Amino acid sequence: MSLEHADVQRAAHLARLALDNDEAARYVDDLGRILEMVDQLQAVDTEGVAPLAHPLDTTQRLRADEVTETDQRDRFQRCAPAVANGLYLVPRVVE
Amino acid sequence: MMQWETVIGLEVHVQLSTRSKIFSGASTAFGAEPNSQACAVDLGLPGVLPVLNEAAVAMAVKFGLGINAEIPEVSVFDRKNYFYPDLPKGYQTSQMYHPIVGPGEVEIALEDGSTKRIRVHHAHLEEDAGKSLHEDFHGMTGIDLNRAGTPLLEIVSEPDMRSAKEAVAYLKAIHSIVTYLGISDGNMAEGSMRCDANVSVRPKGQQEFGTRTEIKNVNSFRFVERAIVFEAERQIELIEDGGKVVQETRLYDPDRDETRSMRTKEQANDYRYFPCPDLLPVVLDQAYVDHLRSSLPELPAEKRARFQDELGLSAYDAGVLSSSRAMAEYFEAVKEVCGDAKQAANWVQGELSGALNRENLTIDQSPVTSTQLGELIVRVMDDTISGKAAKEVFAALWNGEDDSADAIIDARGLKQVTDTGAIEAMIDQVIADSPVQVAQYRDAEPEKRGKMIGYFVGQVMKASRGTANPQQVNALLRQKLDNL
Amino acid sequence: MHDKTLTELAAALAAGEFSSRELTQSLLGRIDALDGELNSFITVTAEKALADAERADQARAKGQAGPLTGLPLALKDIFCTDGVKTSCGSRMLDNFVSPYDATVVEKLKQAGTVCLGKTNMDEFAMGSSNETSFYGPVKNPWDLAAVPGGSSGGSAAAVAAGLVPAALGTDTGGSIRQPAAFCGITGLKPTYGRVSRYGIVAYASSLDQAGPMARTAEDCAWLLGAIAGHDLRDSTSVARGVPDYQEELGASLSGLKIGLPKEYFGDGLDPAVEAAVREAVRVYESLGATVREVSLPHTHHAIPAYYVIAPAEASSNLSRYDGVRFGHRCDAPKDLIDLYERSRAEGFGEEVKRRILIGTHTLSEGFFEAYYKKAQQVRRLIRQDFLDAFEDVDVLMGPASPTPAFDLGAKKDPVSMYLQDIYTIAINLAGIPGISVPAGFAGSRPIGLQILGPLFAEPQLLNVAHQYQQATDWHRRQPAFGKENA
Repeated sequence: MSLEHADVQRAAHLARLALDNDEAARYVDDLGRILEMVDQLQAVDTEGVAPLAHPLDTTQRLRADEVTETDQRDRFQRCAPAVANGLYLVPRVVE
Repeated sequence: MMQWETVIGLEVHVQLSTRSKIFSGASTAFGAEPNSQACAVDLGLPGVLPVLNEAAVAMAVKFGLGINAEIPEVSVFDRKNYFYPDLPKGYQTSQMYHPIVGPGEVEIALEDGSTKRIRVHHAHLEEDAGKSLHEDFHGMTGIDLNRAGTPLLEIVSEPDMRSAKEAVAYLKAIHSIVTYLGISDGNMAEGSMRCDANVSVRPKGQQEFGTRTEIKNVNSFRFVERAIVFEAERQIELIEDGGKVVQETRLYDPDRDETRSMRTKEQANDYRYFPCPDLLPVVLDQAYVDHLRSSLPELPAEKRARFQDELGLSAYDAGVLSSSRAMAEYFEAVKEVCGDAKQAANWVQGELSGALNRENLTIDQSPVTSTQLGELIVRVMDDTISGKAAKEVFAALWNGEDDSADAIIDARGLKQVTDTGAIEAMIDQVIADSPVQVAQYRDAEPEKRGKMIGYFVGQVMKASRGTANPQQVNALLRQKLDNL
Repeated sequence: MHDKTLTELAAALAAGEFSSRELTQSLLGRIDALDGELNSFITVTAEKALADAERADQARAKGQAGPLTGLPLALKDIFCTDGVKTSCGSRMLDNFVSPYDATVVEKLKQAGTVCLGKTNMDEFAMGSSNETSFYGPVKNPWDLAAVPGGSSGGSAAAVAAGLVPAALGTDTGGSIRQPAAFCGITGLKPTYGRVSRYGIVAYASSLDQAGPMARTAEDCAWLLGAIAGHDLRDSTSVARGVPDYQEELGASLSGLKIGLPKEYFGDGLDPAVEAAVREAVRVYESLGATVREVSLPHTHHAIPAYYVIAPAEASSNLSRYDGVRFGHRCDAPKDLIDLYERSRAEGFGEEVKRRILIGTHTLSEGFFEAYYKKAQQVRRLIRQDFLDAFEDVDVLMGPASPTPAFDLGAKKDPVSMYLQDIYTIAINLAGIPGISVPAGFAGSRPIGLQILGPLFAEPQLLNVAHQYQQATDWHRRQPAFGKENA
C-alpha cells in the first residue's frame, strides 16, 4: 500500500502535529519505506488465526468500588502550564 | 399531501451511581470543587494505568438482565481516539467491538394503553469526559476534570421509534429501569442521564430509511420531544422543497426551540478504535451473572403486568403506578395498609398526585406517608368517615395538623353517625318539620318519589352537620316515609 | 568501589567496609568527573541520594537494614519519580516534575536503595541507539565513537562506566538487552506482566516491561526480586508469587537443553558476533548442556508486526501530551488546534513523530484490518513459534544484536535502524523473558549473548546466565574509560 502526501497530512491532522511542507515531504518518504517493510506481513497466511492483543492469556481483574484517592489538586497542578481557580485553561473552545 | 413517518433511534448515556470512578479510586460525588476529584489516573498523567471498577460491571450486567439482553461471556475495552480538552488522555476508553450488554428489548407504554417493544442494539461501558466551562477566564476556557472517568453506560436502541412521543416513552422506560435497579439516580438536570437522538423521515410505507441526523445532548424529556418534533418537521420541509437531508450532527437549542448544524472546520472524525492494551478482556462467568440475576428487583414491566393481572388495575393505572420505583413502592405500601388495591390506586393517583403536582414535589418528598394514607383509606372503607370528610382529613395530614387520620377525625369530630336510633330521631324531627313535603311525597307516584327523597336527605344531613352516613339516612328515610 | 557488583557492595556495606554515604559520594564524584563526556544521566539527584544514603546508614546502625539497603542505583528517565524531573528523554516532558512514584520506584525506596539519578534514553524509548534523546546522544564507554544502544542507553553506559553498579531500564523491543549487549553488561527483560508498569511512561503498553541492568546475572536476580510482583494498580501485572531468584542460582546445567534458532544465525549477522555466540554455546556444552538447532519460522515477520503494533499503541499513548495539564505548551496559542499542533510539534522529536504518524495511519479507517489486525494475527504466530520451540528445549540462545555497537551517526535511515532489533523484538511480541550477557568483543566493542526462556522462567534464565558468568569473565571486563578516576 503506497503512501500519498495527503495520507501524511491526514495522519498529522488526526495526531495534532503541525507539519510544514518540507517535513511532510520527508515523512512521506520515511513512512513510505517503513510501510513497504511492514507490507511483508501481507504475505503471511493468517487464515483462521485469532488476533493476539496481549501476550498473556489472562483476564481483567476487577477493583472493589472504593474511594481511595484524596484531593491532590494543588500538587497535580504544579506541573500545569496554565490554571486559574483550580481549572486548567485552554484557548476558548467554540461549540 | 405525502404522508411522512419519523424514524428515531436513541443513544442514552446513563451515569452509573458507583462511589468511585470506572478506572480509578477517585470519588464520583457531584458538585465538588473543580479538579478536586481528578486523580492521577483521571488526569492521564504519564505512566498511570486503569483498573476496572467491579460495581460498574455489575451495574451494566444488571441493566442487561433487566432488558432481557444477552450477556456475552467476554467483553473488551477499546480506545476511541480524539483530541478535546475535556478528554485528558486523548482517547476515551469505551467498548466498540465487544460490548458488555448484547441485544435486548424495552417495553414502552403508549398513550392508548397498548405497549410496544423497542429493541436495544447493545449497551456498553465507557468513561465520561470532564467539563469545559465557558465563563470568561480572559478569553480562555476552563477545564474541570472531576467528571472525567465517571462510569457511563451507553444504551443504543435500534431505530424502532416512530414518533417523538414514543421516543419520550422509551426514554422514560430506560429512566425507570435504571432507577428501579438503583444503578443511576437518573437525574437529568445534573447530567446523570443524557441523550442523543438519531432522526430521519421517510414517506409512509417506504422500506428504506431516510438520511439521519444526530441531535446531541437533548437532556430532558421535554427537550427530547421538542427537538425530535422540530427536526422531523425541518427534514420534511427540506425534502418537500426539493432539498436533501445531510447526515450531520445537530445541536438542540431549547431557547429558540430549534436544532442547528454543529458546523466545525474539522475534517470527518476517524476515531481509530483499537483494543485498549492497558485493560484485559473482561470475562463474566455464569455464576457471577446468575448471582446478579437473583439480586434483581421486580422491574417496571413486570410490576405493570402484576398490577393489572393480580391487583385488577386498569392498564393506565398500572402504567402510572409502576412508572417509578418510588411511586410503585408508595402505592404498594398504601395497599398493604388498607388492603384494597383499587382504593389505594385512586387515592395515590387522585388526591396525593394532585397535591404533589400542585407543590411540585416528588413522591419521596410527600408530607403524607404511605401508612397515613393507608389508614385514612381504611376509615373510608369502614364507614367511619364520609368521602367528603376524608378529603378534609387528607388536607389536614398534608398540612401536618396531626400524625394520624384517626387523630384528625377525632379532633375535628368527623366520625359518621351510624347509630340508627340517633339518625331515626333526626329523621323524625325532619318529617315533623316538613308537613308540606311529606304530603307531596305521599301523593306522588312511586317512580317520582326517588327524586323527592333528596330534599329529606339534605335536611337530615344538615341536621347532622354532615356526620350522618348518607346511605343509611337514605335507607331509613325511605322506610319511614313509605310506611307513614 | 565503582568496579564492584551489587552483591559485593551489599557484602561490603554489611561488613562495614564503607558506608552507603561514602559509596554514594564516591559514585557521585565519578558521575561528576566522567558524565560530562558520557552524557548517561539526564538528572543527577545528588542531594536526595546523599540524604537517602544517610538514612540507609542509620537504618543499618539500628540493625534494620535489608539486603538492598544503601545500594546505589539509577533509573531510566522513564520511571516517574516523585518530586524529580521525569523527562522520558523528551522536550515534551523537560519541565515535568512527577507528582508521584512509579510502583517499582516505591518498591526500591522501601528496600532502602539510593537513587543517584535519572538516566538518558531515546525519546519516549523510541530508538536503538540513544540518539533520539532530547538531551543528546550517550557515548559508549568502551568506545566513545560508538553508540551505547537504546533505548536504555544511559542506564547501560552508566553501569558499564562504573558510575553506578546497577540501573533499571525498560524493554519494548530490545531496549534493555541490546544496550546491555553494546555496553558489555547483563540486562534482563522479564516476562510481560512480571513487573508493574504503573508509573512507567508508556510507549507500547502490550510490549513494555521494566527490568534490571547490572554487571552480573546474580545482581539482576537481586534487583528483579525487589521490583517484581503483582500490582493492584496495573491490570496487566500478573497475580503470581515472586520466587526467590537467588535460590535457583546454584543449580547445575547438566542436561540443559539449548535450542539455537536457525533464523538467528542468518544473513546480516556479523561474523565476530556469530563466533562469540557459538563459543559461548560451547562453554555451555562443557557445563553439561546439549544443543540442537530449532526453527522460529516467523522470525522475519517480527519487525514488520512490531512496527504496526508498537506505533499504533504509541500514537494513542502519546495523545495525552497536549499542552493542557502538564508538559510542553507552545507560546501564545491562537486557538485550541494551534495549541495542540504546535505544542506537540515542538515537544516531540522526529522519531517520535514518525512513529505517531505511522501508528495513526495504520489505525485509521480503511487500514486497520490490513495492518493492525493482521499484525496481531502474526503476533500470535510468532508467540506460537516460541511455545512450540519450548516443547523441545529449555532455553534458546543467540545473539542479542546482529552487530556490535555501531558508530554514532552511522544509521541515518530509520528502517536500517529498526532492523537492528531483529533478534530482540519477537521476544516482546511473545511476552517471554530474555537476558543478554557479555560474551566477548569485536575489537573494543562488546558482544552480547541472548538467552530466552518460557513465560515466567526467570529463575532458570538467571541461573543459566549465572553459570556462564561463573565459567567466564567477560562480565568482569571494564572499559579503559574512567579507569584513571578509580
